[in-house]
Amino acid sequence: MSADRPTTPDRDHGSTDAAVVLEAAVVVMGAFPALAGVDLRVRRGTLVGLRGPNGAGKTTVLRLCAGLLRPDRGTARVLNVDVADDPAPLRWRVGYLGHSNGLYDDLTALENVTFWASTVGAGRGDVDAAMAAMEISDRLRDVRVRHLSAGQRRRVALAGLVARRCELWLLDEPHTGLDVDARDQLDRLLRAGADAGATVMLSSHDLDRVDAMVDHGVDLVAGRVSREVRR
Amino acid sequence: MSTPPGVVATARMIAARDLRIEWRARVVMNQVIPFAAVTMVLFAFAVDDTGALGRLAPGLVWLTVMFSLLLCAQRAFAIESADGALEALRVAGVDPVGIFLGKAAALAVQLLALAAVMVLAALILYDLDPPAGGVVLLVTSAICATCALAATGTIYAGLAAGVSGRETLLPLLVVPVVSPVLIGATRAVEAALGTGGTAVADGWPWVGLLAVVAVASAVVGALTFGSAIRD
Repeated sequence: MSADRPTTPDRDHGSTDAAVVLEAAVVVMGAFPALAGVDLRVRRGTLVGLRGPNGAGKTTVLRLCAGLLRPDRGTARVLNVDVADDPAPLRWRVGYLGHSNGLYDDLTALENVTFWASTVGAGRGDVDAAMAAMEISDRLRDVRVRHLSAGQRRRVALAGLVARRCELWLLDEPHTGLDVDARDQLDRLLRAGADAGATVMLSSHDLDRVDAMVDHGVDLVAGRVSREVRR
Repeated sequence: MSTPPGVVATARMIAARDLRIEWRARVVMNQVIPFAAVTMVLFAFAVDDTGALGRLAPGLVWLTVMFSLLLCAQRAFAIESADGALEALRVAGVDPVGIFLGKAAALAVQLLALAAVMVLAALILYDLDPPAGGVVLLVTSAICATCALAATGTIYAGLAAGVSGRETLLPLLVVPVVSPVLIGATRAVEAALGTGGTAVADGWPWVGLLAVVAVASAVVGALTFGSAIRD
C-alpha cells in the first residue's frame, strides 16, 4: 500500500464513477448496530478488501451492497441504485457469494454453473470460460457437487459467479476452504475481473493476502470504517 | 450485457432443475410413493371390508396425496436452503413469480405421478371398476387437484422455508387451506369410480371448483411468493 488515509469519506469521485457509496449507513440487527455509521466510496473497476475482526461489520457491508439489507439510517447507493428505495433493479448486476455456496448437491458442477449463468441469460461460452478460469477439470465438471471437497465446491460456486459476468462481485471470505494454489488462482481471477472493469469487494481474515492484492483496503472496527488505504 | 430471462423461461428453468434433482435423488420414487402405498395397504388391513373400502377409497387416495404433498413440498425447499441457494436466487434477482411457477409445476408433476399410482393401487387393492366415462373425469380432476395442491404447498413451503420448526409448521399451515381441494377431489373421484352412489356427470361441478382453486392459488402465489421468500 502506498498511501494511508484517515476515515473521512473520499469526495474525489463523482457518483457515476462510484460503484458503491455509503454515507453514514446504519444497519441495526435486533438491538445491535451491525453498522454504526459507515462512510465508504468505492470506485468502479477496483479491487477492495474489507478487513477487521469478527463482528466488525464486513459481512453486513457486503449484504447491504447486495441489496439483502437496507440501511436503517443513512444512504446506500450501489451501481447508482438506492438500496433503501428498491434494490430489485440492482440484483442481476451484482454477484454475491456468502458463507454458503448456493449449490445443488444432486446437480453436477457443470449443471450448477450452467444454472446460475442462465439466471442472467449468460450462454455456454460464459460457462466454459468460467469453468476454465476456475480450472474445474473435465473430470470434475460432470461430478455431482455432493461428492466434491469443500474447496472444489467453492471453486464451482465462484465459477457460477464469474459466468454471470456481474458488474459488482461481493465475496464474503472467498478464500475459506481453498488450498494455497486455489487461493492464488482465485486472487489472479479477482484481479483479472477488476482489470476487466468489474468492481470486486471481498472480506478476509487473511490480512497479508488482502494487503498484497487489493487497490483499496478498508479496515472496519465495531461497525465503522477505522482506516482506508488506497493504492 | 446479458439479459435476464422472463417469467416463463425462469419457470421452465426452475421446473427442469427441480425435476432433474428429483430424478437423480429419487426421493419421491424411493420414499414418498412407498410411504403412500404402505398407508393404502395398512388401511385395507385396518378396515377389512371390501364394500367399505370401495366407498372410502377416493378420500383415502387424496388424503394420502395430501400427506405426500407435505413431504414433497418440504423437500422442494430443502434443496434450496441446504447450501443457501434460495438467498442466492434472491440476490441474483431471479423473478420470484418464475421461481414460484417453476417449483409449483415440478411439484404438480410429482404429485400427479403419485396420484396416478395411488388410484391404480386403489383400483387393485379395493377391487374397484370405474364406469364408462369415469376415466376422463378421473384424469381431469387429478390434474386440477394436483395443480391446486402444488400451488398451495409451494406458497406455504416457501413461507416456512426460513423458519425454525418448519417441519411441524408446514402441516399446520397447509392442511386447513387444502381441505376444499381434498373435498372436491374426493367427490370428483367418487363420481368417476361410481363409489358414492353418484353418476359421472355429478363429478364435473367438483372439477370446476378444483380448477377455480388451482387458478386462485396460482394467482395468489405469484403475487405473494416474493414477499414470502424475502421475509
